[in-house]
Formats: sequence, structure tokens, C-alpha cells
Amino acid sequence: MSTITETTVETATQHGIREGAFGNATALSCRECGATAPLGPHYACPECFGPLEVSYDFPAVTREQIAAGPRNIWRYKALLPVPSDIESSPNTEPGFTRLLRADNLGRELGIDTLWVKDDSTNPTNSFKDRVVACALSAAREFGSRVFACPSTGNLANAVAAAGARAGIKTVVFIPSNLEKPKQVNSAVYTDSLVAVDGNYDDVNRLASEIAGEEEGWAFVNVNVRPYYAEGSKTLGYEIAEQLGWRLPDQVVIPVASGSQLTKVHKAFGELIKLGLVEDKPYKVYGAQATGCSPVSTAYKAGVDAIRPVKPDTIAKSLAIGNPADGIYVLDICRQTGGAVEDVTDDEVRAGILLLARNEGIFTETAGGTTVACLKKLVETGQLDPTLETVVINTGMGLKTLDAVADQVGAAATIAPTYDAFRATGIA
Amino acid sequence: MAISVRIPTILRTYTGGSSEVTAAGSTLTEVLDDLEANHPGIRARVLDDAGEIRRFVNVYVGNDDVRFLDGLSTPTADGAQISIIPAVAGGC
Repeated sequence: MSTITETTVETATQHGIREGAFGNATALSCRECGATAPLGPHYACPECFGPLEVSYDFPAVTREQIAAGPRNIWRYKALLPVPSDIESSPNTEPGFTRLLRADNLGRELGIDTLWVKDDSTNPTNSFKDRVVACALSAAREFGSRVFACPSTGNLANAVAAAGARAGIKTVVFIPSNLEKPKQVNSAVYTDSLVAVDGNYDDVNRLASEIAGEEEGWAFVNVNVRPYYAEGSKTLGYEIAEQLGWRLPDQVVIPVASGSQLTKVHKAFGELIKLGLVEDKPYKVYGAQATGCSPVSTAYKAGVDAIRPVKPDTIAKSLAIGNPADGIYVLDICRQTGGAVEDVTDDEVRAGILLLARNEGIFTETAGGTTVACLKKLVETGQLDPTLETVVINTGMGLKTLDAVADQVGAAATIAPTYDAFRATGIA
Repeated sequence: MAISVRIPTILRTYTGGSSEVTAAGSTLTEVLDDLEANHPGIRARVLDDAGEIRRFVNVYVGNDDVRFLDGLSTPTADGAQISIIPAVAGGC
């Protein structure tokens, strides 16, 4: 393990970072080669370009301390790269969303004990509010002037809303062909929505270039990504706490870049190390849409290398063709005895309806993907239906209405008479 | 042949701080060789020990990721713009 020299990475002090800005975080370390760097606005390892991750030196943390905290992600602030006074800075206060026992869906799929971790109830209706809250804290501590992101949906909504709440200039980059309702979802919060002629990959690439050129810009999923990504750990913390401080046997998580899955696994590991939950085996499963399934393809082929693909799926929030954390997803799913599965767009639509009609939860396409993969994992014998299982619903179906708009509607159109209604046979 | 190469922040220690440099070559391999000749050490940051593009680096010729073209054999016409961009970004 090497330490990155100060000629390539400025120290935290050079950035004027205040004492305690990142709580119990101590450094950034490269997940790929192990090189370490001081805390700063860096995301890629100068040695190998690998992803930099936040390392910590945790003090003793008790269940009681956590339970005494607010009913949002800041109850876990000691385990996140945020200052101890984080609650005094305006933010959207996401998290501590409901964990619902899903008996109807469990019966439908033949699973004895099934839970849905429902992140559709976050402030802008997706899990992205968690990661953005952590990115916003980092942006503040670095003194960033502008809070920005490339996005097609959930992330743009979360960034624009958080920026408005925090009173920081926010710029959101979207593909110019993005559907009008999705543009409105972000544009209501910011007057700086920039439409880019190109697809999401083009927008993402532009964001990376701007992040490298502009001083004082914090792109949540680019140059403050190490801090942003840590926000997903709170999903794991909450699942454990809401189960009564224990880990589930199995968890099924959607995979785009793979970041969320790796962070939920990291969270479970931290809880074990801190003695907050009993150390027990658990299996982690990844869910992809077949139209963008580079991780699932590698898993099924039994290889470690992930071949990038050009996405073609209705699950646009999962359409990352070159997933940065894909190989780590493979490692985790293999090590824990889980799997990575993928489903067709028709199965994604069916998954949305399965959850809606069995549990009253309207999920987005990523959630439809996860539910459909859960079904497939049971049917193919890859997931044990007798073990307690949690499935993560990342967001709200109102954001991807078009996915099921042609699948549902009026069962009948009738004259306004009782006889006409009787004739439908619905009664 | 004059080819423009956009350099990411973390590689600018090799280019004296320049965000864009010129290079020559008819393929990406030749361009990287030329870059190495003028900016020693930069090639080993882009390529791994096996001589392949590092997993966490995206290289574009024009608007296209070379992984979807011919990789290191991708032709680089006169006036082409090459971008080297860290691949670590993205959603859930």
C-alpha cells in the first residue's frame, strides 16, 4: 500500500477544511490498489484511476446513541463522512424510510418472510436523497460554489431540491431528449437546468470534464463521489435497526454502477465490527435489466472482467454500461453466496405491477427490475424462499409512468347507469 | 498529424499543468507512444502492466469510447480530439 504524494493530491489543509468536517473519516483509500490520500475533493486514484473510498476510525457507537438521534440518516452521523453539527445545516433530511412486511408479495412468490425497504417515501421520492445529503455536506465543507450533477431523473431531482434547501447554486445537466415531465421534476427546484444534445453517457462525460476544469464545482457523483456514495450505507443501517438490530438472511439490490450494493454490504460489515448486530452469514443479490446487464453477464459466465455494453432498456436509472463498481458487486455476491440476475423489460413491467397490486407500493422501473429478479431468483432456485429476505425499492413509480402507462387503465367504459355497471361483472 | 489530447486533472503533473496537449500518430497506440516520448510516465498511468487501457479509464476518440471501436488500434485521423477521462462516476 502506498501513500499518494502531495504533488499529485493536495492535503485537506490546503483546501481549508475545518477540523471535524468529515466526522470520524480519516482518509481516502483506493479500492483497487490500496493507495491512500488525504480527505479532499478527489474521486479517482492518481496511481491507477481506481475509485477512492472513505476510511474511518470509528469510536464506540451504541444502539442507544443511534436511537436517540433524529428520524433521518443523521442518526447514523458517527458512521458517515459528515461533521457532528450536520443537523444545523439545511438539508432535505432524508432516510429512516419504512421497512414493510410484504406478506402478500411473499405468498405470491413463495417466500416465507419478505420485507420491502421502501425508499419511495424520501423527500424527492428516491434513495438518491440519502447520497445527495452526504454529497451536499462535502460540498459545503470544501467551500464549493456550485452543486451539480449529470442525471436523467432521480439524482437530478434530489440534487436540485437539496441545493434549493441549502441555498447553494445548483446546475443539473440532462440529455436534451429527456421527457418533459422528468425535466419539470428537476426544473421546479432550479433555474439552471442544462439540456445537452446527447445521451446519458455523453452528459456524464461532460460532467467529468467540467469537474476537472471548473474551480468550486461539486459534481455529486464525480468529484465528491467518495462522500456521496457513503450515503447508501444508511440503507443497510436502517434495515438492520428496523429488523430489531439484526441482519436479514438475504437482500436483493438493483445494480447500475454497483455502488449501492457495495455500500449496503459495507454497512452490514461495519455494524458487525462495531458490535451493533450479531455476526451471521447473509447473502447479497444484484438485480439488472437484461438490456444493460454487464455485471449479470459476467456473473453467469463465471468471469471477473466486465465487458462494457451500450444500454437498451426501459430501466433507465440502471442503464450504466460501464459500471465502476461492477467487479466489487461480483466479489460480494460470490463471496456471500448470492447471485446477480437480470430480467427483460416485459418482466420489469410485470415486476412493477406485482409490487403495486400485492403491496400497494408503486415502484419505478429499477424497483420493477429488483422485484422481477427476486421472482426469477426464487424460480431458478438461486434464492432460498425459507430465509428472511429484504428487497430494496429505490424509488417512486410516478417518475417512470410511461413504463406501465400502456399496461393499465380502465377495466370498462360505461354509461352512468347502475345496469351498465352490473353488466361489467365487476361487482 | 496533429491530434489534440485532453488531459484529466490527475494526469496534469505529467504535462506541466496543461489540460490539452498535441500528439501525433495514426492509431491510439501511436498517439500514446508519442505522448510518452514528450511526457514521460503518462502512458503507464493510462495503460496497465499488460499494456491494456486501465479498467477505470475511459478513452474517447471524438465522441466515441474506444472500447466500442478498435481499442488501442482505433484510428486517429489528423485533427482528431482524444479525451482521457476517469470512469468512476454514476448512480446506484
